[in-house]
Amino acid sequence: MELFINQVLAGIATGAIYACMALAVVMIYQAIDHLNFAQGEMAMFSTFIAWQLMQWGVPYWWAFLLTLAFSFAGGIAIERMLFKPLAKAPILTNVAGFIALFAIVNSVAGLTWDFTIKQFPTPFGSSPFLGSQLISTHQAGMIGVTVGLLILLYLFFQFTRIGLAMRAAASLPESARLVGINTSWMIALGWGMASAIGAIAGILIAPVVFLEPNMMGGVLIYGFAAAVLGGLTSPLGAVVGGFLVGVFENLAGTYIPGVGNELKLPIALALIITVLVLKPAGLFGRPIVKRV
Amino acid sequence: MSVLNLRLGAFAAALALLPATSSGALAQKKYDTGASDTEIKIGNIMPYSGPASAYGVIGKTEEAYFRKINAEGGINGRKINFISYDDAYSPPKTVEQARKLVESDEVLLVFNSLGTPPNTAIQKYLNTKKVPQLFVATGATKWNDPKEFPWTMGWQPNYQSESAIYAKYILKNHPNAKVGILYQNDDYGKDYLKGFKDGLGAKAASMIVLEESYEVSQPTIDSHIVKLKSSGADVFFNITTPKFAAQAIKKNSEIGWKPLHFLNNVSASIGSVMKPAGFENGQDIISSQYFKDPTDAQWKNDAAMKAWNEFLDKYYPEANRADASVMYAYIVSQGLVHVLKSCGDDLTRANVMKQAASIKDLELSGLLPGVKVNTSATDFAPLSQLQLIRFKGENWERFGEILSGDVGG
Amino acid sequence: MSAVEEVTSEAPAVEAVPKRAMTLGYGTSLVVLGLLIIAPMFLKNFFVFQMTMLLIYALAVLALNILTGGSGQFSLGQSAFYAVGAYTSAILMEHMGVNYALTLPIAGIICFGFGFLFGQPALRLSGIYLALATFALAVAMPQLLKLGFFEHWTGGVQGLVVTKPDAPFGLPISQDRWLYYFTLVIAIGIYVASVNLLRSRSGRAFMAIRDNEIAASAMGVDVALYKTLAFGVSAGITGVAGGLGAIAVQFVAPDGYTITLAISLFLGMVVGGVGWLPGSIVGSAFIIFVPNIAEHISKGLSGAVFGVLLFLVIFLVPHGARQVAIVAQQLIGKLKK
Repeated sequence: MELFINQVLAGIATGAIYACMALAVVMIYQAIDHLNFAQGEMAMFSTFIAWQLMQWGVPYWWAFLLTLAFSFAGGIAIERMLFKPLAKAPILTNVAGFIALFAIVNSVAGLTWDFTIKQFPTPFGSSPFLGSQLISTHQAGMIGVTVGLLILLYLFFQFTRIGLAMRAAASLPESARLVGINTSWMIALGWGMASAIGAIAGILIAPVVFLEPNMMGGVLIYGFAAAVLGGLTSPLGAVVGGFLVGVFENLAGTYIPGVGNELKLPIALALIITVLVLKPAGLFGRPIVKRV
Repeated sequence: MSVLNLRLGAFAAALALLPATSSGALAQKKYDTGASDTEIKIGNIMPYSGPASAYGVIGKTEEAYFRKINAEGGINGRKINFISYDDAYSPPKTVEQARKLVESDEVLLVFNSLGTPPNTAIQKYLNTKKVPQLFVATGATKWNDPKEFPWTMGWQPNYQSESAIYAKYILKNHPNAKVGILYQNDDYGKDYLKGFKDGLGAKAASMIVLEESYEVSQPTIDSHIVKLKSSGADVFFNITTPKFAAQAIKKNSEIGWKPLHFLNNVSASIGSVMKPAGFENGQDIISSQYFKDPTDAQWKNDAAMKAWNEFLDKYYPEANRADASVMYAYIVSQGLVHVLKSCGDDLTRANVMKQAASIKDLELSGLLPGVKVNTSATDFAPLSQLQLIRFKGENWERFGEILSGDVGG
Repeated sequence: MSAVEEVTSEAPAVEAVPKRAMTLGYGTSLVVLGLLIIAPMFLKNFFVFQMTMLLIYALAVLALNILTGGSGQFSLGQSAFYAVGAYTSAILMEHMGVNYALTLPIAGIICFGFGFLFGQPALRLSGIYLALATFALAVAMPQLLKLGFFEHWTGGVQGLVVTKPDAPFGLPISQDRWLYYFTLVIAIGIYVASVNLLRSRSGRAFMAIRDNEIAASAMGVDVALYKTLAFGVSAGITGVAGGLGAIAVQFVAPDGYTITLAISLFLGMVVGGVGWLPGSIVGSAFIIFVPNIAEHISKGLSGAVFGVLLFLVIFLVPHGARQVAIVAQQLIGKLKK
């Protein structure tokens, strides 16, 4: 029983990592209606910027804010320069663009900062949280920030004009244009916000997994899985999905005899696919009705 | 000044070689494809891109080292032409690149290609073609097999002998230990695991209480550490690459698990593992080494370390000196230079293998005191000695004698 | 969250390609074929080997093209089918002594079955969800291959070394040339069969589903059957390519069949032109040679150079090589007038 509770707690702590990344995934999906494979790499790059600033002696919170600003601007710049020209190209061509962006960012970061792992500071400290050694104050802080972000995003998409406009631009671009929404800039704004959320995720994840150019490879797979499980249109779903994936993965690794340990990830993915087969729009996603 | 000294040194070495080679080889120069009066073509394959790109730095350091050799006059007057290709750690690509090196660039030999799966993919091809596959950059045990593969030779102490050393240590000092193991689920991790179990022998089944494996795609290994702690193990064998090693060391301390911790040599680096993990978390960890950790302060004034730093300043200034791979590449490059020098003017592939298989007590700059390179016609494992070390304060403390744990292939 | 259901009439992910535009004219086909037959006679063995790999990857890209360009289903999991094909051939050859040529149809059939079964749950998924499901398959495959349970057969993490076949009947050509022509014959056979498949009743059903699934089912197309069939055919062809790949490379190991391979094949399809079968060979050339070019330009930044080259290609020709072919055709047409 103790092992069970410990694994659940460890799963929640790891799940916070996935949830954070899943939020960024949902953000970009809301803006452009598909997934950005380079998102993890962009987050990794932002985290390196924060690290570099701190190496130069910038205090943590200033480095944090500067990185957010940089990521926001960087996200918009990438959209304007690389993906706006592809707006009329087929979706699959855009996906190829994401893969190209992935290769570029990863390779540039590798050359600039090389592949040895870097220690990344945390503002929350890493002592045991509420007496439990399984969740550190950093992980608790991370869960807190994730939930905070979730509430902000929910308010943004549900109640602000610009948030609503963004959703409209992503789901029904033509109708959105008819009511006077500048859809092109909505997409750019979405890129900027997704990039900034990605930066927050990267900065929170780095103290746990250590900073290096391939840091986000695995995280992004889980982030996608969590977002899809929760429903790509729902920030709440993404966060819940993240925690579910974290906990389920640990339990599968611990309690499925024989192959559980070796096949943690495949089992987790198989479960997600099963959920999708039963509920194609994810746990919290809005069902999509198609018409001819 | 130093350059002059080195040149003189090279000259003296060449002179010393004269009597040995003058009888046969000097009279008539013999060459195979890839060697001539002016150059020696060396092929190399590295993962400059893809999941193992962290090791690309080995190829870059080697390239820099051969530039240094060429600037200092080359090897017996011949320049090294180092051709290095990227295989992204994908065996099919390795085959393509190896064939390109052999059939299109026509290299004399393939040197220090990286990774067990990529090297396995090209081993049969190179042996059929009779092209030396020299000093492969992997610690798998199977490279020491001169009977079956006379054109393939390993380099570093193999994983199995290393873990056999830990097993012996545990049997001797902690015969009643309960051992928990975390290993990477690939050829490297399984090789270590096998050596460890063989080393424990009959007691393996009763002593090992839990084996956990992880995949490199996993972001964290927290769950495994939690499970290992609850298994009640009091000895922890940590078979992980630097990122996961640092995570494990940190997590152990966070959840208050304090077993006797054995860390594989792959991650025994202060700069890239112990420091990021936090010195206070890594106290008393036991590992082993065969070359000097450049980030260990005890070697600060060491002559070899100074030479290494001078080489990097001049030929590879952007290198990260905390990266153990840079030191690794520096040493193995010296090994190749030694072999090529002793070939004299007989630069045939057969002679390369012959010279590589007759190294006696060679000391290379950067190896730990007492560690020497030895090969013979039946021993294709150049380095097989290790020194046990223990982490104290901010340094590795050596203890015990130099150990040799040769496990045959 | 919102109680309002989203109603979309979204455009299909893959644009409609008229079936005639999916192939080359007879003249061009003959020229390409002639080149493929004659060129290896004058090349070194190494280049012959590279051309063999070119054909093999072209087959795998073609298979993806049938699935995505033909039936509109998206897959990032082709590396899994490729791996199953490769391991089937390798295991049959090394453990059971089956002749290499015979292992290929077996690999194809096993992969067809595997793909057909995978197509069942995939039926319920579309677009991004299907992408994730296939992606999951690609991520899981190397781990499955490593599993201790199969180790006796697969060689586990160490992989299996495969013996390269000699030319039969004592033909005086090198192993590489023989394997090349052997691959060429299979590739042409599969290409012709694929073209005919897409022109047949089934092919029209695929395309009807691609262009509008609901309309297709209203017209009486058995959507479920044809979608899974497309998966099966695609997986089967990929399996044959995988088997050939194992024979040509002489080695199979889990590291050879990671998600990177699936992504490469996907890029090959996009660069060649989605839905344009002859583009497969252009796409295959891209994924084999462009990384080499990138590496030649800069070792440290080879990934970045590759990315920039890829961006250049998709900026200049967002529809891939098909676009180039169409422009060329129009130019020739103008000249004729």
